[in-house]
Amino acid sequence: MTTIPTSSTAQVIPGQGAMAAPDGAKPAKAKRQRFLFLKNKKALFGLIILGLYVLFAIIGPWITPYDPDARSNDLIQPPSADHWFGTTHLGQDVFSQVLDGTRPVVFVGFLAGAIATVLSVIIGITAGYLGGKTDDALSALSNVFLVIPAVPLMIIITSILDSASNLLIALIIGLTSWSWNARVLRAQTLSLRRRDYIEASRATGEKTWRIVGFELLPNLTAVIASGFIGTVIFAVLSLITLAFIGIVSAAGWNWGTILFWAQGQQALAQGAWWWFVPAGLAIAFLGTALSLINFAIDEFVSPRLRSAGKTKLKTASGGTVRMRIGFTPVLSNSAEPHTQARAIPINTDGATPVARKVGK
Amino acid sequence: MKYFLQRIAFYLFTAWAAITLNFFIPRLVPGDPVQSLIAKFRGQLSTEAINSLYVLFGLDDDKGLWAQYIDYWKQLFQGDLGLSFTFFPSPVSEIIGDALPWTVTLVGITTVISFLIGTGLGVFAGWRRGSWTDGLLPVTTFFSSVPYFWLGIIAIYLLTGPDSFFPSSGGFDSALVPAWDQYFIPSAIQHSLLPALTILISSVSGWILSMRNMMVTVSSEDYITVAHAKGLSERRVAVSYAARNALLPNISGFALSLGFIVGGTLLVEIVFSYPGLGFILLQALGAKDYPLMQGIFLVITISVLVANLLADLAYLLLDPRTRKEG
Amino acid sequence: MEPVLEIRNLNVEYGLGDKAVRAVRDVNLTLHRGEVLGLAGESGSGKSTLAYGLTRLLAPPGVITGGEVIYHPEKSDPYDVLGLSDKALRAFRWAETAIVFQGAMNSLNPVHKISTQLTDVLKAHDPKMSEHSRNARAREMLKLVGIAADRMDAYPHQLSGGMRQRVMIGMALILQPQVVIMDEPTTALDVVMQRQILGQLIELRERLGFSVIFITHDLSLLVEFSNRIAIMYGGRIVEEAPANTIYRDALHPYSKGLLSSFPALRGPRRELAGIPGSPPDLAGMPSGCSFHPRCPKAFEPCSTHIPVLGRPDSPDGAARSVACWLHPTEQPVG
Repeated sequence: MTTIPTSSTAQVIPGQGAMAAPDGAKPAKAKRQRFLFLKNKKALFGLIILGLYVLFAIIGPWITPYDPDARSNDLIQPPSADHWFGTTHLGQDVFSQVLDGTRPVVFVGFLAGAIATVLSVIIGITAGYLGGKTDDALSALSNVFLVIPAVPLMIIITSILDSASNLLIALIIGLTSWSWNARVLRAQTLSLRRRDYIEASRATGEKTWRIVGFELLPNLTAVIASGFIGTVIFAVLSLITLAFIGIVSAAGWNWGTILFWAQGQQALAQGAWWWFVPAGLAIAFLGTALSLINFAIDEFVSPRLRSAGKTKLKTASGGTVRMRIGFTPVLSNSAEPHTQARAIPINTDGATPVARKVGK
Repeated sequence: MKYFLQRIAFYLFTAWAAITLNFFIPRLVPGDPVQSLIAKFRGQLSTEAINSLYVLFGLDDDKGLWAQYIDYWKQLFQGDLGLSFTFFPSPVSEIIGDALPWTVTLVGITTVISFLIGTGLGVFAGWRRGSWTDGLLPVTTFFSSVPYFWLGIIAIYLLTGPDSFFPSSGGFDSALVPAWDQYFIPSAIQHSLLPALTILISSVSGWILSMRNMMVTVSSEDYITVAHAKGLSERRVAVSYAARNALLPNISGFALSLGFIVGGTLLVEIVFSYPGLGFILLQALGAKDYPLMQGIFLVITISVLVANLLADLAYLLLDPRTRKEG
Repeated sequence: MEPVLEIRNLNVEYGLGDKAVRAVRDVNLTLHRGEVLGLAGESGSGKSTLAYGLTRLLAPPGVITGGEVIYHPEKSDPYDVLGLSDKALRAFRWAETAIVFQGAMNSLNPVHKISTQLTDVLKAHDPKMSEHSRNARAREMLKLVGIAADRMDAYPHQLSGGMRQRVMIGMALILQPQVVIMDEPTTALDVVMQRQILGQLIELRERLGFSVIFITHDLSLLVEFSNRIAIMYGGRIVEEAPANTIYRDALHPYSKGLLSSFPALRGPRRELAGIPGSPPDLAGMPSGCSFHPRCPKAFEPCSTHIPVLGRPDSPDGAARSVACWLHPTEQPVG
């Protein structure tokens, strides 16, 4: 259970040149670009799946066919028309548990993501914008949090605070997972601060909160959004982990709890694959959706990553060539001109040249 | 060299911060946890263990916080992490000492292999962008979203069984006694294959994706065009110019992700009942064995710091810019 | 004069289908042996695209949609560079045409020593060359461009901007190419360093006898350092003439505008004036002569008909060409 930060925005070391700096786009342009963002297939696909999850998080507990806790006599039954995802050792309906468990997962994911994002924005931007000793102190703080393994820390804290609620778990996850984004935001703020328009605002004595709020933040939107999504993925996986090892028993059903019970009851030894598979796939699809959104944000921020589109080309002679770096495709090497521009004969008496019909 | 000393200073600082955090965590527990623990163990705890619990939670009122903190450090320097009460009366340090080699071998080797394979495939996918390799990206994305432990469970279900080559649990054949001999080592390797494969499959995707993106980003740098203009072979441009530069941010990414990776691998150990730190942590959690939990956290943190230091060292060797002027 | 590189109706586009942007349009240009040909124009005029296009170095989505680039080797028959196989093109690159890129900062691989980057090109083109002679050759090149041999083991970040650009020039000459393309080679440097490096290069050219295509937006540099100048606008060459002729008597209104936007170091003082408006958007090129919306002298045919590059009716007409309706031409050149 991990998230390796795959976002290029996060991967790149500041000063490496390739930093996916938001290209200084002024806020006015943002609206048109946001629309463009939705044109990205990855973004659209990711957002649709995420939308479904949010929908089930809201209505899930109301539309469950059974009470997820209710026992029945159908013990360990494979999927059937009555029980779409089969039943547990107590005859509980797995489908109802998965549906009911969506809400805590989405809730904890988003809340922890929000907490971590707010923290990282405050810490990252303050460090990057103020610089000096403040920067040193805040950077040291985020670096410490970055290398201290977050999951074991979370496990211990949660275990000590016996019977933690979902709210508390979200808080713990949020408080331990802000450092990566803070680091990225600091680097971005540093590079933005040196831009002309920010320097100009500073020189004209604009108030700091105005510069940060109106000049800096709009340009950091994509980076912040990407950090938020990344933290949501991490928070979801963390919650599942905590539930799976059985230290958040008080928090009701979630996919991790289902897996905890399945593991505890040796579901697989009894061949009850249906007890494991739905919850695991639910996690994987949610994670995939969120990752896709993040890829789209990455491509949006750093045009180099945009998918190359069509790369196989037809040449004039009927062959195919591939677009690649270092060898520009040659579609035709005939020396025929593409536009017909014809000479007008020299008019010896110096009159205005006569315009002739020239085909384009 | 200056850079390296700075890094060492930073890791010492982080180690100090982690140890201090470790000191304060038990003191956050509301109420009197010792009483509830005594009640829970119904007289099975010795007076010595109870006393050490009071010290652990900072409830022995005769000392101030500062004095307690000093004592904590003194104990630490003697390698004393307290007594475990799951494995009473074994000291925590001994239990961790038994488990640590398993985790370090399994997680360490697998993570490095995963990084190498993922980076290699990422170089390929990034260099041949726009070809069929792009079609693999959704698959790798999906695999990187699957929790490690879930993949482990599925692997156990699909690949183990009475006739299978893969054992479903444990670190070695229970009929054997741990020793460096021709019976034990093959058995240990056989038992580690499936957990290793699980960690490999779920972590490799992340490296592929990040290396691919770095390759794509680096590919449009000027020096790559220069390399092509020089008429160098495709291989030389891809490896020595593009990949060599794309590797640097990926290594720092590796160092920074270690903390995340460890969390995932602990759960794989749990699923496979592999006798490493994760498995012990699960037992400690079940028994509310705070000294053991804290010890494990401390050891994991220090291991991650050491691994980070090694990654830094690799970075230092690979990026001439960090070793400016000697 | 004998030609060394002939570009015939070269067309380069970015992107495919309807969204394609035509960056270089029917460009005809000849580089003669031993000359310095200046290529000038505002950013977006297609001058760099032309230079990278002729050795197929444009990154995706660049596509060459037509044309020929005929290379004339010193002793054998001419051939079309665009028709070479990948292997042959690799062998052709650097050995026959080398490039000094703009921005020396990023042209050198930051993780390899200068020596490695100088010798790997030797190794690629002559695998049989011994390591010793490779190193000797690299040292020789550094000496040629005025860099002490002890910088061989330096990394790019340890060198100043001027030194890096010298290394690039040394690297470009290491295989003794016939043609050296210089794309804004000195824009990142200060004025003194610019002239020093260019002066050195011209001196080396006289000694080694290669030809240069010198690309810059700084016309005053071109007037000073090149023999002939071609001026590009909107992907086309709009005027081409010996450097002095252009400086004295530019025919195309765009050339005139470009000349008056820079102060010249030598020659009579003249008034400085920019060109009103901004370079055209390649995606939405104006009809007719693409300069007509900005042209102070535009008249009837300019907005509808594309003028062809041809010899103008002027005393020195034989040595120059221009594409402008103000200057009726005899016949297309090229």
